[in-house]
Amino acid sequence: MDTLLPIQDRGGPAQPLLLATGLRKHFPVAGGLLGRTTKVVRAVDDLTLSVAKGETLGVVGESGCGKSTVARLLIRLLKPDKGTMVLDGDPVDEPHGITVNELRRQVQMVFQDSYASLNPRLTIAETLAFAPRAHGLPAAEARERVRDLLTKVGLDPASYSTRYPHELSGGQRQRVNIARALALRPRLIILDEAVSALDKSVEAQVLNMLVDLKTELDLTYVFISHDLNVVQYLSDRVLVMYLGKIVELGPVEAIYGNPQHPYTRALLSARPSMDPRKRTHEAPIQGDPPNPIDPPSGCRFRTRCPFAEDVCARVEPPLADTKFQAVACHMRVAGSGHSKAMAA
Amino acid sequence: MALQSPSLDIGGAVLVKPTPTSAGRGYWQSVGRRLRRDPVTLVCAAILILLVLASMASPWLGMADPYKTSMLRRLYPLGSPNHWLGTDELGRDMFARLIYGGRLSLFMGVTPVVFALMIGGSLGILAGFVGGKTNMAIMRVMDVFYAFPSVLLAISLSGAMGAGTENTLLSLTLVFIPPICRVSESVTTQVRGFDFVDAAKASGASAFTIVRVHVLGNVLGPILVYATSLISVAIILAAGLSFLGLGVKPPEPEWGLMLNTLRQAIYVNPVLAALPGVMIFITSICFNLMSDGLRAAMDVKA
Amino acid sequence: MTNMLQVRDLHVTFVTPDRTVHAVSGVSFDLARGETLGILGESGSGKSVTLRSILRLHPEHRTRWSGSIKLEGDEILDMAPRALSDLRGQRVAMIFQEPATSFDPVFTIGQQIAETVRRHTGKSDAEAMKRAKDLLEMVRIPSPAQRLKAYPHEMSGGMRQRAMIALALSCNPTLLLADEPTTALDATVQIQVLLLIRELQREFNLGVIFVTHDIGVAVEVSDRIGVMYAGKLVEMAPVERMVDAPQHPYSRGLLASTVHDGMRGQRLESIPGAPPDLAEVPTGCSFAPRCKFVRPDCTATIPSLRDVEAAHAVRCVLAA
Repeated sequence: MDTLLPIQDRGGPAQPLLLATGLRKHFPVAGGLLGRTTKVVRAVDDLTLSVAKGETLGVVGESGCGKSTVARLLIRLLKPDKGTMVLDGDPVDEPHGITVNELRRQVQMVFQDSYASLNPRLTIAETLAFAPRAHGLPAAEARERVRDLLTKVGLDPASYSTRYPHELSGGQRQRVNIARALALRPRLIILDEAVSALDKSVEAQVLNMLVDLKTELDLTYVFISHDLNVVQYLSDRVLVMYLGKIVELGPVEAIYGNPQHPYTRALLSARPSMDPRKRTHEAPIQGDPPNPIDPPSGCRFRTRCPFAEDVCARVEPPLADTKFQAVACHMRVAGSGHSKAMAA
Repeated sequence: MALQSPSLDIGGAVLVKPTPTSAGRGYWQSVGRRLRRDPVTLVCAAILILLVLASMASPWLGMADPYKTSMLRRLYPLGSPNHWLGTDELGRDMFARLIYGGRLSLFMGVTPVVFALMIGGSLGILAGFVGGKTNMAIMRVMDVFYAFPSVLLAISLSGAMGAGTENTLLSLTLVFIPPICRVSESVTTQVRGFDFVDAAKASGASAFTIVRVHVLGNVLGPILVYATSLISVAIILAAGLSFLGLGVKPPEPEWGLMLNTLRQAIYVNPVLAALPGVMIFITSICFNLMSDGLRAAMDVKA
Repeated sequence: MTNMLQVRDLHVTFVTPDRTVHAVSGVSFDLARGETLGILGESGSGKSVTLRSILRLHPEHRTRWSGSIKLEGDEILDMAPRALSDLRGQRVAMIFQEPATSFDPVFTIGQQIAETVRRHTGKSDAEAMKRAKDLLEMVRIPSPAQRLKAYPHEMSGGMRQRAMIALALSCNPTLLLADEPTTALDATVQIQVLLLIRELQREFNLGVIFVTHDIGVAVEVSDRIGVMYAGKLVEMAPVERMVDAPQHPYSRGLLASTVHDGMRGQRLESIPGAPPDLAEVPTGCSFAPRCKFVRPDCTATIPSLRDVEAAHAVRCVLAA
């Protein structure tokens, strides 16, 4: 029985910390006479991503894009229908690799603040001690760890240990959420809309804290959010999702400075202007994000894309490398058949 | 108001004190506090406790023997000397029989609910937490039983098994298992969807630990409220079964049975004949109101 | 531009057996026709309570008001129930954050809009339905004739929000109240709805009060911005002034801590601490415990809202 020390690095800095290949997750929609499955929500389709050690990978997208499903797949709260995961060289949930439980020692998640993110019947100390105790840490050491965790997230242990979630503000609860994720000393933390429900002034506090913790504890982050500004602030690389697929992926400067995919461009210009003299005059894109049940054939974005052509309906664009980033768009692939693409 | 200087900036909110709240902030303590302050609940609890104490202490209270018959002293009216609530059709003291009957009636009301809570509650929590095929299997079986009106089901089961206290307890327990199971499953399914349960799963704890630590504390409340509301139904059902001859056998004093045997007395002394009904009404209402009080006390936003 | 709405010294208190919450403590402002006032604040600032007080939407038995809200000269806080019912939907309309719960799930969109039209204008069924279709066209809902027969759950979030705007404008109100209508929407939908509101405001010369916690949204739609903190207005200025040179330490902290373009790599400025408990009546400035510039006289008395420039008012001893 280990005393829950942090798990050591194995493959060195070049090996990705987490590599997910070909992940697929579909949810059956019950319908029809006997509750038979008639339709399927294609939440995530053939998704491949890698997370390098020590980086922050930002994941952005709107509702229905599948980013929350990806979060739950990476921590195995959901089992993928297809696809593999490799954690620092060890395959997950396969005969010669590590178990899902072992994965969870190294990968943890911070949930969005809501009334449901902390058990209302447990004190803060009990909530934080749960994971270490479940892994066999003795009570006295668990108490010590709880004190340590609370201090790390800026909450006075003497005052907060015996409090209940309803007695805390949103920002304080989110700090507890983060402390809970740190309880097992993980290497990778997935933050699923971790600051979205907070007031802006509190959001700034928590973001500062996340940056500090990352350096202090040598963490890697996957930061999922619909807020493009926050993702730009925190991330080293950014991944843009639409209807279960990656449409663009690259370093943050490339994605924000020179977006290649029409959806990424629309998303970036949809941000409200902070300058009253330079207000937005035209919406970059019309309509709503469609339903992930029965997504469009070929390129899933084509129904809202101003540049859609025949080839977009017939052929799904692969995620191909351009100079600085990877894009899934026929316009950027030479010889694809799109009028705006370069000749092969 | 105290001013704070932003030194030691750990993300800008240094070791901040939380907003102060009143003492006893644990959930169950606050529920207990609210119950203690609710006059309706207190009165009902007092009545029931009084009844229970009286029925337990009856041998020592100098009451008449509830079994002692007397052909000469039959159907004495209320207010008779030595028998202030009169006597029944066999000359037995009504007061003694009512108090003594309380033991059995309360027992028959509370016990089936307790057993049904244990069995139905466990099945429901299991179905709710595990989901999938297990859930379907359990809940569809329950649906079959649930389709029968409770009175009909109780009568059929008792009729099939025969009269007697044990059989009545069994049939009432079986009648209450499906509704408790259904409520438990529904609440558990709801709680299972909350993020903190996902977080507990993500921490690698076993399913049993997760249920014990995280789920139980959040589902027991609503289940308990529902179960206590069934006690009043159980008392009435038990009395009804006894009235029909399917429950307790004579000469045991039991309110339902007494209603049956006192039927002829309606023409002679209607008030006397109604007394067991009054007792059923009082205890049933008390449990009902207490259950309401419990629900209101638990409906704390905190 | 005459002042259509005048709010003077509005106090709203919620009284429950456990505690008394002073949600709004002395808010005053004006609104002219054709003007959009953005009310900016975080949770607990009292911005939504202020808005809902204009339509008296709070439960009567546990709400205490004082002050004055005058719409075109008529005092709303004194109004009889019949007059209030005529006011709602016809002279003043409101759109909410969660369109899903604003519509009745068992009636179609067309039926609900037509019902409101009939209630306030007495038109016939056919005329009301025609008006409903025109309204859906006005808010840019595609295939409006078909959408009339759609149920709320059959529409996406953005569509529902547009339908709610159509419902709000169905009886030609002069004042539109918007309570965080875009907070629950995706970014690409949010900007469409904001532009729609701006366009409709211009077309019908509406007065609009737009409550939000998002500075970017406030900047996009507002002519003036009022910042609320702990139940009071702490600053009120034209939008350019508010963005260029906010005076109140809270406004400045709020703007500085909002993450936007170009902040990467820098440590974020944040406002330490948390907002105060509204059950306590403060003796001095409510923001003092968190203020970088706090002075002894800040806790002595509550500072008043004073003009520092034309149309720019600040509630702070430092800005005098």
